[in-house]
Amino acid sequence: MDIDWDLVASSFWPLVQGGIRGTIPLSLASFFLGLVLALIVALMRLSGNKVISAIARGYVSVIRGTPLLVQLFVIFYGLPSIGVVIDPWPSAIIAFSLNVGGYAAEVIRAAILSVPKGQWEAGHTIGMSPVTTLRRIILPQAARVSVPPLSNTFISLVKDTSLASLILVTELFRQAQEIAAFSQEFMVLYVEAAVIYWVFCLILSSGQSQLEKRLDRYVAH
Amino acid sequence: MSPTDPLAPRGTVPAHEPVLTVSGLRKSFGANQVLKSIDLSVRQGEVLALIGPSGSGKTTVLRCLNGLETPDGGVVAFRGIRPVDFASPASKKQLASLRDQSAMVFQHYNLFPHKTVLENVIEGPVQVQKRPKAEAVREASSLLDRVGLADKRDQYPHELSGGQQQRVGIVRALALKPSLLLFDEPTSALDPELVGDVLHVIKELAEEGWTMALVTHELAFAREVASEVVFMDGGVVVERGHPDQVLRDPQEERTQQFVHRLLNPF
Ligand SMILES: Nc1ncnc2c1ncn2[C@@H]1O[C@H](COP(=O)(O)OP(=O)(O)OP(=O)(O)O)[C@@H](O)[C@H]1O
Ligand SMILES: [Mg+2]
Repeated sequence: MDIDWDLVASSFWPLVQGGIRGTIPLSLASFFLGLVLALIVALMRLSGNKVISAIARGYVSVIRGTPLLVQLFVIFYGLPSIGVVIDPWPSAIIAFSLNVGGYAAEVIRAAILSVPKGQWEAGHTIGMSPVTTLRRIILPQAARVSVPPLSNTFISLVKDTSLASLILVTELFRQAQEIAAFSQEFMVLYVEAAVIYWVFCLILSSGQSQLEKRLDRYVAH
Repeated sequence: MSPTDPLAPRGTVPAHEPVLTVSGLRKSFGANQVLKSIDLSVRQGEVLALIGPSGSGKTTVLRCLNGLETPDGGVVAFRGIRPVDFASPASKKQLASLRDQSAMVFQHYNLFPHKTVLENVIEGPVQVQKRPKAEAVREASSLLDRVGLADKRDQYPHELSGGQQQRVGIVRALALKPSLLLFDEPTSALDPELVGDVLHVIKELAEEGWTMALVTHELAFAREVASEVVFMDGGVVVERGHPDQVLRDPQEERTQQFVHRLLNPF
C-alpha cells in the first residue's frame, strides 16, 4: 500500500486542532466537573445517612453498569423526545462528567478510607470539626493516594471523548472522519488520529509520574 | 519557672484545685462493658498515672475524656466549664467544650504526614483557636526548641525518628494550652533507646506544673512523676493512692500480681 504522505502532512494540523479545540477542552471540563461530582458522591456514600448513601450507591451503579455510548445517546438523542434539547457540546460535557463522577467517586471514597483513623482523631484532639479535618487533614492525604487511579480515569476519558464524534462534536476523531470521508483514505486518517491520541496519552502519563514524584516527598513510605 | 517559659502551663487555676472530676463513668462496646463506673479526679499541677493489664479500659478512659468516645453514663466535670452528665445524650456543643479542655498525645503519634513539624504544631492554634500566625509560630518554635527539635521544624514527620515524632506530638498538644494533657502509652511504640528522651520531656512538663493523665507500663517512671497512681482491671478502679504505696506496697491481690508481673517479666 502506498501511503499518501502529502495527505498525512496536510491533515496533521486539522487533526491536532480538533484535539486542541475539541478533545482537550472537552476532557478538561468533564474531568473537572466530574471530580467535583465524584467528591460529593463519595462523601454521600460515606455519610452515616442510609438514604443519602443509597442514592449515591445507585448513581455509581447505573453509571458503571451502562455503556458510556448509551449514556451519551440518552442525553443527546433521547432527551429531546421528552422535550429536553441540549446542544452537542453541553450534552457531551454532561455525559462525560456524569461518567467520570461515577468512576472517580469510588476512587475518592477508597482514598478517604485509606487515611488512617488516627488522622481523624488527631484532628479531633486539636479541636477541629469533622469538616475541617476532612478538608485540611484527610483530603490532602487522600489526594496523594488517588493520583494514580485518577490519572488513569483521565487518560481513559481523553480516549472516550472520541465518542462525542457520534453526537456531532467536532473533536479530533470527528475531524479525522470528515477528512477521511472526503479523501477516501480511511486507513491513513484513522491511524494518524490513533497516533495523535497516543501521543496525548504519553504526555499525560509522563505528567502523572512527575506529579506522583512531587507529591511523594511529603508522604511516609 | 519564668513567666515567659514556653513550657509553662496555663496558670489560672490555683494549685490543688481539681482540674477534672469524673464520676460514674461508664462505656460499653456492644455487649462488652469496658468501663463500669469509674471515678477519678486530677488536681491542678498533678500527674495521674493509669496502670493496669491490657484491655482493662485505660485507653478508653482517656478517649472518653477527650471526646474520642462518648460515654454511656457518668459525669465529666472540668473546672471552669459546665459539667457534662452523660445520663442524657450530650449536645455537640457540650462535647466540643469538653474536648477543648484536654489534648491527647497518641501512642502512635498520629502526626500529619503532609505537614512539616512546624505546621503540625501551629495547625491547632492558628486554624482552630484563630490565634495570630506569627505568635503561634514564635511559640511553636520555642516549644520545639525546648524539646530539642529546633532544627527539625521544617522537616516532615517521616524524616524523624519515632522519639522525635513523639516529641512533636507532645509539642502539638502543648501548643493548644489545654488544661489537661492526656498521654496514652506515649513510649510504647518506641525503640528502647528512644524512650528516655520522651520520658525526660514528660518529666519536665510534670515538674513545670502541667496537669496530666498518663497511661503507662513504665512503672519506674510512674513512681517518679505521678502524684497518684490508679490501678484498673476489668473496667473498675481496683486500687489508687500514692505511687510508693500502690507500686511498692499494694493492698489488693490483683494489684500485687500485676506489679509483680511487670517488675519480674521472666
Ligand atoms: N472501638 C472499640 N470497639 C470495640 N471494642 C473496643 C473498642 N475500643 C476498645 N474496645 C475494647 O475495650 C476494652 C478495653 O480497651 P482499652 O483499649 O481501653 O484497654 P487498655 O487498658 O488501654 O489496654 P492496652 O493496655 O492493651 O492498651 C478491650 O476489650 C477492647 O477490645
Ligand atoms: Mg491502651
